[in-house]
Amino acid sequence: MSDYVQMWKDLGMDLETHDLLCQVLPTAVGDVYLTQENRPTAMDFWDLVISEVHGIRPAELIAAQKEGRKVFGTFCVYVPDEVIVAANGIVTGLCGGSQFWVPDGETVLPKSTCPLVKASVGARLGRTCPFFRIADMYVGETTCDGKKKAYEILGEDVPMYIMDVPQMKREKDILKWKDEIAEFAKKVEEFTGNKITVENLAEAIRVINEKRKALQRVYDCRKSECLPISGRDALLMTQISFFDDPVRCAQMCNRLADELEQRIKDGVSVVPAGTKRILVTGTPLAVPNWKLHNIIETSGGAVVCEEMCTGTRYFENLVDESKTTLDEQFMALSERYMKTNCACFTPNTGRIDDILRLCNEYKVDGVIDCSLKFCCLYDTEKYSVSRALKDAGVPVLSLETDYTDTDAEQLRTRIGAFIEMING
Amino acid sequence: MKYNIGIDIGSTCAKTVVLDGDKNILHRLLQPTGWSSVETAEAIHDKLTELGVDWNDAAVVATGYGRISVPYADKCVTEITCHGKGACHIFGSEDITVIDIGGQDTKLICVEDGMVKDFIMNDKCSAGTGRFLEIMANTLSVKLDELCELASHGGGVSISSMCTVFAESEVISLIGRGEQKQNIAFGVVDSIVKKVATQAGRLHLAGTKVCLTGGLCDFEYVCRQLSAALKSQVLTHPDGRYAGAIGAALSAASIKK
Repeated sequence: MSDYVQMWKDLGMDLETHDLLCQVLPTAVGDVYLTQENRPTAMDFWDLVISEVHGIRPAELIAAQKEGRKVFGTFCVYVPDEVIVAANGIVTGLCGGSQFWVPDGETVLPKSTCPLVKASVGARLGRTCPFFRIADMYVGETTCDGKKKAYEILGEDVPMYIMDVPQMKREKDILKWKDEIAEFAKKVEEFTGNKITVENLAEAIRVINEKRKALQRVYDCRKSECLPISGRDALLMTQISFFDDPVRCAQMCNRLADELEQRIKDGVSVVPAGTKRILVTGTPLAVPNWKLHNIIETSGGAVVCEEMCTGTRYFENLVDESKTTLDEQFMALSERYMKTNCACFTPNTGRIDDILRLCNEYKVDGVIDCSLKFCCLYDTEKYSVSRALKDAGVPVLSLETDYTDTDAEQLRTRIGAFIEMING
Repeated sequence: MKYNIGIDIGSTCAKTVVLDGDKNILHRLLQPTGWSSVETAEAIHDKLTELGVDWNDAAVVATGYGRISVPYADKCVTEITCHGKGACHIFGSEDITVIDIGGQDTKLICVEDGMVKDFIMNDKCSAGTGRFLEIMANTLSVKLDELCELASHGGGVSISSMCTVFAESEVISLIGRGEQKQNIAFGVVDSIVKKVATQAGRLHLAGTKVCLTGGLCDFEYVCRQLSAALKSQVLTHPDGRYAGAIGAALSAASIKK
């Protein structure tokens, strides 16, 4: 990634510390990704992106900024990309997925904060991630207490806009979220200097829907008994989709789906027949967090679906494209986003319905419900998730972990025992 | 004769069991794991050779946290599966709940029809494990069996910290306050028993036999307290601490060579 040194310097990054990250990432990619056999060739795109994850896309973003476009950094699948795209803005994900950033986060946050929040704050304050430097504005949301308080600290360092996500899903909450979206649209217009119109919003809705459909196409291929792609590869695709241009993302996912559909026709599978099919659910797996998938897939299982923000919650459900006024469009957006079942809502039985449905669609043999440490919401929901799955006769393993590797062997024992159990 | 060998390398002790083709126990070995699982595995190999094991007709399954350090193992199986299998064999029942209080893990395993149906393990900290008891015994300057003996005469003290390090500070302040040793010992054992009972509440124990395996199964007092907390007679067996190794040896029996 040496070509980008000047760019990183211009971004005010801590180059010395950042070098350490640049040194460990290729090893992690090598261990987790390049050791796999029989990968789809279309993964070459994501291999390239991840090999220069702090180079290629940041350079594109900076070029766009020079043309006057604004970059919005987001932390949650509830923030509507369509509004930003309509105003010719660019969206990039900002969630931190590496232990590397945690210590810098812990300089200002309590240790008992979830690692995703600590890593995200650490990546900004430690000046070791270009995306956190590039974003002109951060868009936060009220999905968890850890993030809410962290945004107050980040807001001292960078322009921060917070969307107030409802905590329930009554009719009035859907209306409230529509108002939040409309208000956010005003902010985006002001910040970008571009007017949001029925036409450009309709086009943005179409573009983001196309991206969702493309991601869904790849996931549909994972429903096949003949499994054409590993969970690790699918996860990488999903993780990168938060950072990529939505049109290119859709193209690349469709290109991958073409290959996977052909593989299914040709009977090409990445695992031996009879390999147990695992659905993982719980808190998001932000890039480069591949720990869980890697352990599962090197312990005799295959991950076939993620009921996660870095998974089905990101792309399931489309926005109605038929609306002809801004007010109706904002309502259509609210209705789509409010279908996403996050543990911050109460009650959240929709998530259990989703998990049971996905188990069926993806022909799942067992579920691993894993939350990041100190995520009270997902941790608490494990109780009702595991009860519902047991009632449905689906084996379930509940886990809690963080970004360190210190519990890798303990996880390996639990996951290994779980796979032995479902193998019988 | 075929030798079916199970080696359970735990965090504290390494247990080895050799079964003959009819699942009779030929040999039992017990030794501290020490600092190197690899060296321990080699020592076990030497010992078994001395005992006359014919390696040309032997199948080896390794289990326990050091399972990957047994270079001559034909297969590694997790300790959950092995404890489940081993307990079924020892207690002669296909439906059983196994409580294994090990050096660094406490596991509750539900077995139905001889197969593991569900399990729970403690979080990664050592509260509620054998290590916790060892550290507390050390703080009180007694051996483990003395700790249990003392505890049986004590009462009235509860240790509330869930973390071993904090619990140790708590014990030290109890000592400083002049609390009687037997009462502190009671509090120490009681905290483990309560932790296991809480974990058990997450599984459905109703109606099945419950047994205790692992290093603590020889301590009658622990077993009695656990029975009271779980409201169910907790069974023990002299081979209880070999349950994992026996389960591994049974798995070895199914390896075709």
